[in-house]
Amino acid sequence: MTTLSLTGVAKSFGRVPVLRDVSLTVPAGTRTAVVGASGSGKSTLLRLIAGFERPDDGSIALDETTLTAPGRFVAAHRRGIGYVAQDGALFPHLTVEQNVRFGLPRRHRDPARIREVMELASLDPALAGRYPHQLSGGQQQRVALARALAPRPEVILLDEPFSALDTGLREQTRQAVVDALEASGVTTVLVTHDHDEALSFGGQIAVIAEGRLVQSGAPSAVFDNPVSTEIAAFLGAAIVLPARAAGPGGADCALGRVAVRHDRSNGSAGARLLIRPAQLGLSPANGTHNAVVEDVRPRGSHAELLLRTAGAAPVLIPLRVPAHEGPAYRAGMQVSVSVSGGGVLYPAD
Amino acid sequence: MAATDSLQTPRRAGAGSGPPPPVTLVAVAVALAVVMLVPLGYVVSVVVDVGWGTLEPLIFRPRVGELLVNTVLLVVLGVPATVLLGVGGAWLVERTTLPARRFWAVVLVAPLAIPAFVSSYGWASAIPSIHGLSGGLLVAVLAYYPLVYLPAMAAIRGLDPALEESARSLGLGSWAVFGRVVLPQLRLAILGGGLIVALHLLAEYGAFAFIRFDTFTTAIVVQYQSTFAGPAAGALGVVLSALCLTLLVAEAAARGRARYARVGSGAVRAAVPQRLGVLTVPVLSALAALGVAAVAVPLASVVRWLSRGGGAWSQPELPQALTQTVLLAAGGALAAVLVALPLAWLTARHPGPLARLLEGTSYVAASLPAIIVALALVTVTLRVLPGLYQTAFTVVLAYVMIFLPRALVPLRSGIAQAPVALEEMARSLGHPPLVARLRVTLPLLVPSIAAGAALVGLGAANELTATLLLAPTGTRTLATQFWSQASAIDYPAAVPYALLLILLSVPAVALMFLQSRKWGAR
Repeated sequence: MTTLSLTGVAKSFGRVPVLRDVSLTVPAGTRTAVVGASGSGKSTLLRLIAGFERPDDGSIALDETTLTAPGRFVAAHRRGIGYVAQDGALFPHLTVEQNVRFGLPRRHRDPARIREVMELASLDPALAGRYPHQLSGGQQQRVALARALAPRPEVILLDEPFSALDTGLREQTRQAVVDALEASGVTTVLVTHDHDEALSFGGQIAVIAEGRLVQSGAPSAVFDNPVSTEIAAFLGAAIVLPARAAGPGGADCALGRVAVRHDRSNGSAGARLLIRPAQLGLSPANGTHNAVVEDVRPRGSHAELLLRTAGAAPVLIPLRVPAHEGPAYRAGMQVSVSVSGGGVLYPAD
Repeated sequence: MAATDSLQTPRRAGAGSGPPPPVTLVAVAVALAVVMLVPLGYVVSVVVDVGWGTLEPLIFRPRVGELLVNTVLLVVLGVPATVLLGVGGAWLVERTTLPARRFWAVVLVAPLAIPAFVSSYGWASAIPSIHGLSGGLLVAVLAYYPLVYLPAMAAIRGLDPALEESARSLGLGSWAVFGRVVLPQLRLAILGGGLIVALHLLAEYGAFAFIRFDTFTTAIVVQYQSTFAGPAAGALGVVLSALCLTLLVAEAAARGRARYARVGSGAVRAAVPQRLGVLTVPVLSALAALGVAAVAVPLASVVRWLSRGGGAWSQPELPQALTQTVLLAAGGALAAVLVALPLAWLTARHPGPLARLLEGTSYVAASLPAIIVALALVTVTLRVLPGLYQTAFTVVLAYVMIFLPRALVPLRSGIAQAPVALEEMARSLGHPPLVARLRVTLPLLVPSIAAGAALVGLGAANELTATLLLAPTGTRTLATQFWSQASAIDYPAAVPYALLLILLSVPAVALMFLQSRKWGAR
């Protein structure tokens, strides 16, 4: 088991900088998800680790072995790093079995190993003789994973391996892949633009924006305390309200006084407060109210309410309630909104 | 397949064009392109060496005027006729209720399997009085319209029927739909096919020589036979090359920047065929007449002479001619693939101005007629490399120059469809770059290599002009043997060669036919 570490990695294509000063450690045997919008440089990061591209600066190492650094470059085929591409990139002229054993040295083409990795990737042994075009998208991805795992790589890289799959298949394939990775205990880096996928993938998440690694850590910690409101919004639905620090550990906003869970405002006078919709509790006004229902839209499984906060500078807040609660609300109704669990305070723009 | 499409774009657009091509690859490609430019260089050197003072009286004389009128009329009348037959035929078999459409689809491409000079021999032996412009037009149009038919068929198959249906729902009748929707989208196919026909008309020797129709090419061969590669042949060659390059430029200008493609990603449905109704019988008669003129007449002549020539199959030269044809054609095919590989690799994997320039160079070079290539190689070998004069090497080199695009086009699309991502994958599985290329990319290229080699090889097997001028003394190919027997009016003795030439051409034509249908289905 091997620790992957990146230090100050930078890469440009022509004059366009794609990655700047990226440092990241993936501890041995753990899974890290790198998440970012498309064009943020996350796939390039993976290609640098795999050895398909050379970084302009910085170093990449497996434990004590430097893979790339100024003046040193280990070629892709000598790295022992497995790679699973977005669409699997199975060799179209080879069967499933031939694909899976492609990376095994001739002497070590043990049929038992091929069966073992196919089983690990939840692949029916009956598929061994098929060609890639005879497989479903989910099967292709699992063959690609089995192929990458077969030579027992130190590290596995997954480049948006589920994005080409349908929603139902994606969930199922993702679970099969996570189980296989867990069972083999290989150090893994996943690149994705899907925040749910990133948050649920493993022990660490790294957020990339405009070529910089802006935040990394345990998924719960990063979700709980994002470094900026943009990252917060990228990782899930977010409500950002103008706020003012008030007393120890609190802030005043359109919904009244809310506890501050993390204060990132550096004492700035004007501030913004981040709350997740799941933290909001809603009830019809009982004497006092702090918002008015602007609109109610049934959406089948749930209803979407649009709330307008009371007060001098009203703010619109979209909120979901279960479908059966929807009929209890109608436009113009006064409601009382409560916040549980506190918010994160940021400086004003 | 969507999967391969996304594999082809691993690098971000607009952020440079990937790693620069390896220096050796560029050097090899540049060297090959320079060699391919020898015929063009020859034409330029004729002008420079001989000097305008000597050339002017050779060019501005009544004989050249006559040839110019003949050649220009041949192109101006012949190309529209082939477009009419090619596009009309393609539309009939692809988009109408024509009975037995599959049968007619094959009949329409069949003339391609009969070398033009064999077809000309068929007509000349059926109607001995045939000659001049009308005869030349008849023979050439019937022999070459499939060169428009194939790309037009591919283009029509690729058209989204939804476009035609939309036009119909907007109130257009059948003819208006064809004229305003189908035809404009066939522009590239028509221009491309028309250019190829025009270049063939300029380059054809045997078919016109048979029926005593004089063009620049036939005149150059006659001139060469009397004065060798002298200034008179050179002067005619300059005018002929100028005509070819003019056509090339005109086609590029007419093509413009227009790109027609299907918008949207829906699956292509089969088109609902247009009902022919009362036109069915006249259309069938016209197609039958075309089939008789283009296929039945030449084949009937072959069969007729076959039944009369008792000892034709026991000619001692026959096995030798077959062997030498196969060897020379195989050599040409192999060499053309080897030359096309670095050029195609460069254009598919490292696209850029340099790749475009080198690729364009090889197309310009290949547009020059075989007679110019032959004159150039005769001159260069005699003056610079006398050891290579009239050797198999020079013949093979000529085949490469004449037929290179036939190998280049399939190889380039084959390499483009073998994505870099697969090689990267093989590298991440522990294989060095060269091994990755051999184990992953090469197997994927086998079909394109085979297609390119087949097309070059079969073109070379039918080649007459360059082979006549360049082959070592005593060389006999099917084409040259047929030529010498038939021009000595020994028609029965020529028949076995004609039949073998046709049989050899059938696989290549079948391949081109299937490729066009496949291309269109994409």
